[in-house]
Amino acid sequence: MNSQKSNNFRSFGLGISTSLAAILLSLIIASLILLISGSNPLQAYWDLIERGVRIDIIFNILNRAMPLYVSAIAVAIGFRMNLFNIGVEGQYAIAAIIAAQVGAKVGVDLPGFLGILNGPIHILIILLTAMAVGAAWAGIAGVLKVTSGIHEVISTIMLNAISGSFLIALLLKEWKLDDEDIFQTATIPKSGRLPALAKVTEPGTAVLSSFLIIALIVGVAYWIYVYKTRPGFDLRASGMNPLAAQASGVSPVKTILIAMLLSGAIAGLVGMPELLGPAGKPYYHDSFVGMLGFNGIAVALLGQNHPGGIALSALFISFIDTTSIVLDANDSTPKEIIDIMIGIIIFVMVIAFGYSKKIREANEAKQSALVLAKNGSSPPT
Amino acid sequence: MKSIFKKKNLLLLGATFASIALVAAACNHNDSSVSSETTARTASGPGPKVGLVFDIGGRGDQSFNDSAAAGVERAKSELSATVSEVSPNAAGDNREELLRLQAENQDIIIGVGFLFGPDIEKVAIDTPEKKFAIVDGGPNDTSPSNLAHLLFAEHEGSYLVGVAAGLKTKTNKVGFIGGVNISLIQKFEAGFVAGVKSVNANAEVEVRYITEPPDFDGFNDPARAKVISHAMYESGIDIIYHAAGGSGAGLFADAKEFSEEMETKVWAIGVDSDQYNTVSDDLKPYILTSMLKRVDSAVFGIIQDVDNNNFIGGTTPLVYSLATDGVGYSTSGGFVDDIVDQLEKAKQDIINGTIQVPSSPTP
Repeated sequence: MNSQKSNNFRSFGLGISTSLAAILLSLIIASLILLISGSNPLQAYWDLIERGVRIDIIFNILNRAMPLYVSAIAVAIGFRMNLFNIGVEGQYAIAAIIAAQVGAKVGVDLPGFLGILNGPIHILIILLTAMAVGAAWAGIAGVLKVTSGIHEVISTIMLNAISGSFLIALLLKEWKLDDEDIFQTATIPKSGRLPALAKVTEPGTAVLSSFLIIALIVGVAYWIYVYKTRPGFDLRASGMNPLAAQASGVSPVKTILIAMLLSGAIAGLVGMPELLGPAGKPYYHDSFVGMLGFNGIAVALLGQNHPGGIALSALFISFIDTTSIVLDANDSTPKEIIDIMIGIIIFVMVIAFGYSKKIREANEAKQSALVLAKNGSSPPT
Repeated sequence: MKSIFKKKNLLLLGATFASIALVAAACNHNDSSVSSETTARTASGPGPKVGLVFDIGGRGDQSFNDSAAAGVERAKSELSATVSEVSPNAAGDNREELLRLQAENQDIIIGVGFLFGPDIEKVAIDTPEKKFAIVDGGPNDTSPSNLAHLLFAEHEGSYLVGVAAGLKTKTNKVGFIGGVNISLIQKFEAGFVAGVKSVNANAEVEVRYITEPPDFDGFNDPARAKVISHAMYESGIDIIYHAAGGSGAGLFADAKEFSEEMETKVWAIGVDSDQYNTVSDDLKPYILTSMLKRVDSAVFGIIQDVDNNNFIGGTTPLVYSLATDGVGYSTSGGFVDDIVDQLEKAKQDIINGTIQVPSSPTP
């Protein structure tokens, strides 16, 4: 019992040190690049921190971290059973445009005192639409995998292309406003928008989105599902050893489908803070926020699929993304250094994943050998 | 308990400290430059403080953004302005934050491109003590008075290069390649077609667009521009005008290739900046002229207006036309020198109203 606990603790420590090492290595390489290009890395990091401690900037960092967090959770659900859902990018985009149209067209008008529920119900309809569309779009990849064995990496990339360049273009053309050059859907009325949790005007104007609560619910639900429920256990078991899981009665077909549907449903929420505000724009438009699905993969890797780790990673990535604009404005440091850092982090994490798995397996083999040796040496009674 | 893991952990820890020491040492070494850099950054010139926010692509696109950059360079030297330049992130979700950052530290904030429309209006309303300007973005009923809209009469400039094409064509067939089929680019088409017809009623103008909205790749797809231009040249067209941003590179390359292959001479007409000066030397002989959209003049002008307290914002846009040299044609290379008289006459006729240039294509 004790050794099991210390084992858990160790693998936890291994996980944290892997992520910290990745961040550190990226800082070192970024510093070297900055030195070579004639900039001062300490000054650059200080500029980031100096900006990052302002209350309005903290709001911006949190706002940007929320969709990243949800996106990473969507990716992590897949990772838990060795499914690589690259399609979050396409899933949230198609979910956002359909949810935007539904949100703009559906009006909720309850009679009398029930009227106070108009807003919450309207928001709920939009959120559920987005989740359903995301799940359906990811579900296509799940069905293709269990029926024809098509790898989900291939199918989700293809689905990204179909949704991004074709389907959304068609829908946007169909639903856009009359003005010929403005490509946006109708505006979602006030009742369908998320309120601000807080607003500041000093030292700068910023609002904190109440999507924070939804993101927290997603994180807690993920934790309960994966660690505390039977289907979650099946998910993890299939991910660790699909054959053993199948032998002990876990249906791979069912688990793959459930994982893809859940991943897609969560992915559907990624575009919601942009759409429901209060910071974004209450309609889908041709320059709707992109890259969140791909960045979610980086955050999930860095957070090692743990809900707490993902939260810290999302905050870290959001912090450097949000504050780096000050480097550009100062003209002292090329802000591209941030992209380099994120690239290095992903690179190191992918390598470290394989490496720490080996260490863990070697460690476990040693432990079980020790236990066996102990049992073997004790005389039979 | 001496496991592999522990050793690795120690190694990691060691590496951590070693690297921190390394970074610290490296930075110490640079300490002298820290102070000088900080002072340089906080020092400001006597002129206006300008915050430029580029659109995606940023400085170096040899077109729109670079033209805006040229405008602030001029403000630097002529008005001793200090300039801060920023570009949006890849996700394109931080335009508002960039504008707010610039509004904190600068006096006039310029957004380059119509995509800034909703964000710059929001930030301008929140920051009434600062001046804002947007390039290519039109006003609406709620536009605040500290936000200026810089628009261009692209159809007038296109009319003039149309006149050049109409006079210079030997086959009586000319072509137009638009980047994306939106009304902004149809303005170029309408002016060009009218210009060609005004001097050469028999000439045919073939019009093609690279992409249909909302697909905006047409502004950055030289390969597809080249496919279209090749088909046009093969059909006997000998002059092609493009309004397709970065895609124009494909047209220029094709003009040279087609001319050499078929041992003939076909032309291309550039757009926005004087593209004779932006292409490589081997392509220069094929650029007949360029339609100039003087984003640089507009940007410089609005900075000067702020400097002279002449800034006018609000619901009326500032339109840069032929009359104010906001649009025009280039003569680099000397290929239109023989028809300059006719071009200047058309220009005067437009300025004094004798010629009315259509701003949308006739169906």
